[in-house]
Amino acid sequence: MQVELRDIHKFFGPVHANRGITLTIPAGTIQGLLGENGAGKSTLMKILSGFIRPDRGEIRLDGRPVSFRSPADALRQGIGMLHQDPLDFPPMRVLDNFVAGSPGGLLPDKEDARQALLSISQQFGFSLDPDAYVDTLTVGERQQLEIVRLLWLGARVLIFDEPTTGISAQQREKLFAALRRLADEGRTIIFVTHKLEEVQALCHRVAVLRSGELVGEAQAPYDLDRLVEMMFGKVITVGRAEPVPLGEPVLELRDLAVEDHRLHIRGVTLDIRAGEVIGLAGMEGSGQRRLLRAAAGLIRPTGGTVRFLGQDMTGRPYLDFHKAGATYIPADRMTEGLFPDLTIAEHVALAREQTGFLLNAEQMRAWAQEAIENFSIRGRPETPARALSGGNQQRLLLALMRPDLRLIFMEHPTRGLDLESALWIWRKLKDRCRKGTAIFFMSSDLEELLNYSDRVLVFFGGRVSRPLPAEELDVERLGQLIGGYGFDRVANDAITEPQTEGKAA
Amino acid sequence: MSWDLILTGLAGVVAMATPVVFATLGETLTERAGVINLSVNGTILLSAMGGFVAALTTGSLWLGFLVGMLIGGAVAFLVAFTSLTLKQSQVAVGFVLALFTRDLSYYLGNPFVGKQGPRVPVMPIPGLSKIPVLGELLFDHDPLTYLSIVLIFVTWFWVYKTRPGLILQGLGERPAAAYARGANVRLQRFIYTVLGGMLVGLAGPTYSLSVKAGWKGTISGLDGIGWIALALTIFGAWNPLRGAAGAYMFALLQWLSLVVQPYLPGVPTQVLQVAPFPLMILTLLLVNIGNTEWMKRTLAGLPPDARHFISRILRALQVTPPAGLGRAFEEE
Repeated sequence: MQVELRDIHKFFGPVHANRGITLTIPAGTIQGLLGENGAGKSTLMKILSGFIRPDRGEIRLDGRPVSFRSPADALRQGIGMLHQDPLDFPPMRVLDNFVAGSPGGLLPDKEDARQALLSISQQFGFSLDPDAYVDTLTVGERQQLEIVRLLWLGARVLIFDEPTTGISAQQREKLFAALRRLADEGRTIIFVTHKLEEVQALCHRVAVLRSGELVGEAQAPYDLDRLVEMMFGKVITVGRAEPVPLGEPVLELRDLAVEDHRLHIRGVTLDIRAGEVIGLAGMEGSGQRRLLRAAAGLIRPTGGTVRFLGQDMTGRPYLDFHKAGATYIPADRMTEGLFPDLTIAEHVALAREQTGFLLNAEQMRAWAQEAIENFSIRGRPETPARALSGGNQQRLLLALMRPDLRLIFMEHPTRGLDLESALWIWRKLKDRCRKGTAIFFMSSDLEELLNYSDRVLVFFGGRVSRPLPAEELDVERLGQLIGGYGFDRVANDAITEPQTEGKAA
Repeated sequence: MSWDLILTGLAGVVAMATPVVFATLGETLTERAGVINLSVNGTILLSAMGGFVAALTTGSLWLGFLVGMLIGGAVAFLVAFTSLTLKQSQVAVGFVLALFTRDLSYYLGNPFVGKQGPRVPVMPIPGLSKIPVLGELLFDHDPLTYLSIVLIFVTWFWVYKTRPGLILQGLGERPAAAYARGANVRLQRFIYTVLGGMLVGLAGPTYSLSVKAGWKGTISGLDGIGWIALALTIFGAWNPLRGAAGAYMFALLQWLSLVVQPYLPGVPTQVLQVAPFPLMILTLLLVNIGNTEWMKRTLAGLPPDARHFISRILRALQVTPPAGLGRAFEEE
């Protein structure tokens, strides 16, 4: 099915999210849609899939003008969208998810649906158990379920919104194979991403959005430099940051142990020195987060000691760490980091040293203005945190940190941020390091771990490696370690009893 | 105590549980759709009073139950309108309505306190009621008890076995996904809230025209039942069968507290009368114990056999509320 978007405009209040986008996508192609965060990709795709209505413009399918009243209406006309976080019902079974919302009488024909589910899955090499609960599935499998469901309901155009976030490499290969096959069958695939390598590996053609406008189109094979230039307006190169001279130990971990019902991380001994950056690598849920939280006093370690600035802080609450000069920046900025409804000015006022009982509105404005300028936050003092984009929320969090910090704990410092924001954030963090602040962070971005850490700890199968100097690693090697290849050789020797139900190699 | 007495007592438990079953089923439907209707307690009182007065003045039992359901539906409509249309807090509105409808029932019902009203007759089911034990326990009641038992299974069937039921589960879980599957989220939430309210409204006249016939104002003994129904909805993990089981358990506890009273002369009667309430709270705590960090850690230290056994039990007890419960949903 050929999709034509003509002069699509969308406003959200004063924000012009789509500015006259015109794009034609022939049937049987995989169309990439590239752009950084906030470029208007998601808005455009939500318009195409019936979630929101355009303020102006026209959509044509096979040359016929259409309009959608709802996502279900769009699907009836052949357009299905797969959301970044699949729109399914986690506590329900796969088969019930598959059936829910399908047309038919009062009682669903589950046998028929089961057959359809299995046969479509089989075509694509997906192995979905109809009786499993969706909340036991990986994100990749939930995507597969959505693909199968949308195909069953007759989707001829499939939109994928950043589908490779949070899925494994094998699942990505499976997904890409499925997409190629769908395109070969004449379906139209729209692939929304901000990853160049994926465009290169998969898409027949690509359109680039920037600030709500379509800035260019290209066909495979691509000139990557040109794509980067279209995306960002200028070329950015990333390399290893220059080394920072290290000082006295700030945080000393001795034989630290953390566990939950399936992990037993033991014997972590590590000195983090002033100006040093330590990265924690591993698949999500391998224990990095627990270790980081235990080292910051957010949870109680099950063994070992934590010394901060030479003082024994084992088992002390985070508030004590905070008072002594540490801060913890969580990954979930909106629920744990910021107050969604408070404005930038109120956040800044909260973070500053308070004098007096009443708030001084003028002072708050001035402080906020200063933070906005120093940290290039796109917002006004009275903008509530919830209205900021991910990158700007992270900038605000950085702006709120005290100037005299000795140690920063961070979960995923740049998750969900575009390249430019990520670089900017790390520039600011490295500035801190040069002034003697240590950084202890976890990330799933290998490049980030390698470019900015001095040493890396790898978590795998309930165990942890000894600290590995980052310059001795490269992306390939680190990726292998995270997957368990060669992990035994770098594993922490202090672990005497690897008693987890081991995935360990 | 003789066997016959015990059997009669247990049959009484089944009858006593009937209004609690209605209210729990109603609230279960409402919350499954993602709306919390906190007004249940007052709604039961107001519909008990209204139903009694309607039946008393017209002599028609039918009208009594109809009025009760209309009252329940109307209160629920207010909750739905303020929360779904005006986007106000469901908790605040529901709570205020709970207090308001309770006091309104006392005020409006005052002239009718102590009057002798009609009562739903017992109708043993021919044949079935002659079955030993089971007959007396289940088939020698008034029609409302039969209706409640049928409704338990109908509700369960609707939620888990039908197409609209699947979407209903989705409404409370993830309204955005239900919307993407073609559901009119707001309309459906409205319908289930009012429908649930009507079931709660059925509980009131079930008291005043059957189980505890009559209207005695503040000493009717109905105050608190609605809160129990709300707790049972949680205890039942939003599953009609389990919620109903909870209702029978609560009625059983109430009966037991009466039964043991003569054997415990040292304990003031009030203690035993309110005992079922804290017991319900304890049950709720037990239900959620498997979610706690310390429990997981304690379990990890046990030998595998014991661990699997205990975690199996905890898993079966454990409840997780619908993720979208009490949250507003915007289509754009």
